[in-house]
Amino acid sequence: MRLRSRIWSWVTTTDHKRIGILYGVSAFAFFLVGGLEALIMRLQLASSDNSVVSAETFNELFTMHGTTMVFLAVMPLSAAFFNFVVPLQIGARDVAFPRLNAFSYWVFLLGGLFMNVSFLVGAAPNTGWFGYANLTSSQFSPGLHVDFWAIGLQVLGIASIAAGINFIVTIVNLRAPGMRLMRMPVFTWMTLVTQFIVVTAFPVITAALVFLMFDRTFGTNFYVVAAGGDVLLWQHLFWLFGHPEVYILILPAMGIVSEVIPTFSRKPLFGYAVVVYSGLLIAILGWGVWAHHMFQVGLGPIADSVFAATTMLIAIPTGVKIFNWIATMWGGKLNFTTAMLFSVGFIAMFIIGGLSGVMHSSPPADLQQTDTYFVVAHFHYVLVGGSVLGLFSGIYYWWPKVFGRLLSESIGKWHFWLTMIGANLTFFPMHFVGLLGMPRRVYTYDVALGLDTLNLVVTIGAFAMALGTLVFVGNVCWTWRKGEAATANPWDAAMLEWAIPSPPPVYNFSVIPTVKSRLPLWSEDGYEPKPLPEDPPGPIHLPDGSYWPPVTAVGIIVAATGLLTGSLWVALAGIGMLVVGIYAWALEPFEV
Amino acid sequence: MTHAEATHRTSTGLDSRKIGMWTFIGSECLLFGSLISTYLVYHGKSVAGPTTREILNIPLTSISTFVLLMSSLAMVLALAAVTRGDTLWTRVWLATTAALGSVFLGFQVYEFTAFVHEGLTLQVNLFGSTFFVLTGTHGAHVAVGVLWLLSLLVRSFQGKLGPEKALNVELAGLYWHFVDVVWIVIFTVVYLLQ
Amino acid sequence: MSEQPQHHEQAHPGVGTYLTVAGVLTVITLVEVGAFYVPAFQGWLAPVLLTLSATKFVLVVGFFMHLKTDHHLFRVIFAAPLLIAVAVAVALLFLFGVVAL
Repeated sequence: MRLRSRIWSWVTTTDHKRIGILYGVSAFAFFLVGGLEALIMRLQLASSDNSVVSAETFNELFTMHGTTMVFLAVMPLSAAFFNFVVPLQIGARDVAFPRLNAFSYWVFLLGGLFMNVSFLVGAAPNTGWFGYANLTSSQFSPGLHVDFWAIGLQVLGIASIAAGINFIVTIVNLRAPGMRLMRMPVFTWMTLVTQFIVVTAFPVITAALVFLMFDRTFGTNFYVVAAGGDVLLWQHLFWLFGHPEVYILILPAMGIVSEVIPTFSRKPLFGYAVVVYSGLLIAILGWGVWAHHMFQVGLGPIADSVFAATTMLIAIPTGVKIFNWIATMWGGKLNFTTAMLFSVGFIAMFIIGGLSGVMHSSPPADLQQTDTYFVVAHFHYVLVGGSVLGLFSGIYYWWPKVFGRLLSESIGKWHFWLTMIGANLTFFPMHFVGLLGMPRRVYTYDVALGLDTLNLVVTIGAFAMALGTLVFVGNVCWTWRKGEAATANPWDAAMLEWAIPSPPPVYNFSVIPTVKSRLPLWSEDGYEPKPLPEDPPGPIHLPDGSYWPPVTAVGIIVAATGLLTGSLWVALAGIGMLVVGIYAWALEPFEV
Repeated sequence: MTHAEATHRTSTGLDSRKIGMWTFIGSECLLFGSLISTYLVYHGKSVAGPTTREILNIPLTSISTFVLLMSSLAMVLALAAVTRGDTLWTRVWLATTAALGSVFLGFQVYEFTAFVHEGLTLQVNLFGSTFFVLTGTHGAHVAVGVLWLLSLLVRSFQGKLGPEKALNVELAGLYWHFVDVVWIVIFTVVYLLQ
Repeated sequence: MSEQPQHHEQAHPGVGTYLTVAGVLTVITLVEVGAFYVPAFQGWLAPVLLTLSATKFVLVVGFFMHLKTDHHLFRVIFAAPLLIAVAVAVALLFLFGVVAL
């Protein structure tokens, strides 16, 4: 195929596998950008009174590091797995709404680029990833910094909610015959739970951001204290979204770990039902803990007690999962592949992060820890030690299915150990740095604080992690040229995605399989699963590509640009494109 | 597996688009929940400008509320008509629904204009900010619904809205009724519980 | 596309039901507005109006949106976010001191 038509076929694709790859590649690029931002911050903090970057630039760096890692790296990397793996695990040919899926991807990509363009025009967001009012008001944040952030997040919210609806419907409605809910793989379950959180939590930040944008653009009073407004409204709405959001970040990784550990322990997951119900319980309880991010504002003894109690409560289903993974490994035939190492690393790191989380569920302790590096240590243990290790585990586990080649195990071990040692070197000393009094989000510190050595260790750790990531990139390049070809089921795993060739044919399954157990490819109770025929018995109808989803997505980003620059004509042009895109989309013949 | 089986079978036997619509409506509950909560949290906290008692016009809004309720009735009648293949009454009821929705929007435009003349603007106080953003968001939803209904009407005149497409009307109806129930809440919370 | 008329016919009540529901909705709205103007009601206006409004909500969702007779999945998909929204609203009213125990 000629290059132009090849690119065009990727732009117009509605194949969930291709969209999954697009999500993965884009999210990894943003992951590198976010990592680079972290490295610059660590260079600045490597010694006291340093001047690698100015205070202003440092503000932009920590804001964009947080925003990028949450919305542009971890969430879309999870989305890469939702896209590629979930339809295969449930025995479907695609997602329920393939064009909406493409739309979600393009809106995410353009929204991410939109937010990062702010660096080029010298107006990167600089008020922290949680953008507390009234720091974000026009008075205290003139210029486009906050506008880039608020409008960018609105755009990303559209992508997330659209994808959330799509995957809920896919999982509920496109399961292969016999795949009852309680037979679904745990990764699929956690995807369902995650998407439920997405469609419920994102509208709350949408409302909060609408208020912010109205305050900045039209002079409304939502966060204006002089008019009787309450800046705590923003904090409540932000964390009403923000706390469920942390489960959006961790539950997919928990799903991955729940696939990897049974595979490499040669045992079914211990307590499947309990793991599933724990995930559901986390999603529900996750709605009742948000104010633990706000203990320092003085909510009063009753609210403090309630939110402390619910926060401690949520440790129970989380702990239950950890015990289930350990019990799965117990007595199993363990095979420490790179994927397994990352999953086991996940468990260890998540326990540490979980324990420090329980520490600041207690308001008096939290008052000492809040806004210090202790909190930074905590959430990086769960986000890097948890989400990122889990996602890398998934990358090593499903890479052969996606690309038909096995990532190098020997390079992978280097990747794992560099990441693991680097992460602990980075984040463990932060506990001490924080308890010794170093505040977050401050661009430098005094030599008299006596924290130079610890901070240098942290910086060295960060560079070790960066080296680990480079090793991974090297592994990808090596595998691309010389990697070992993968069979359909290289790990001898149990789920349906391993029943089809690697990489899967465009139609996924030659025949839609009928599922008889939770572990369709492992024989249970004397039942031997029959392999699927190599070729489909008849022609399979597959939808063609469509260019209306990317057109509609471009319309949204043009409208966002109009909103940003205050240009009515640009905004109207964008809305016009959006409307044309929607109608053309609705009217074009597209058989699913 | 034949083409027909491959495309028609779903795990629940339900159409994916209808599940998607309900999921979207669930999501919208949180959007309007946040807007209404904000309105209530700021209720009575304005430090200047007109307040609810001085400005809200209950008789006028009662009429527009009734109009929107009746549009919901027209909407279900349109669905009943399209399901039984009654093209004429499909068109009549779709047009009626869209017209009643437009009347509701007209009331809202009148109300907003009158409020601004009486000194209630987005900027003047918290009541203005929360009121206009909440009811404006609702109005925007009504406007989208009217466009949707008119699009269906055009499809009907093109002869492309037979009983086999009843689901298209049902989806628009779900959206429309949801916008109606949001107004039921707003009418009580904002207008009657001053 | 996968049109399934048999589902529609089972799930949807008839025109008579719709008209009855619309009549009840109109009456409730009249009662609401009426209660608003009666000074004697002022003391317990809030609970009465909220109950009446909830009744209207349930009628529209149950009959016009067919949730009463439709597949139970739709009830779950709608009720879960709705309950979260209501719980969040109530919690915020407590946290901001609009209502107190």
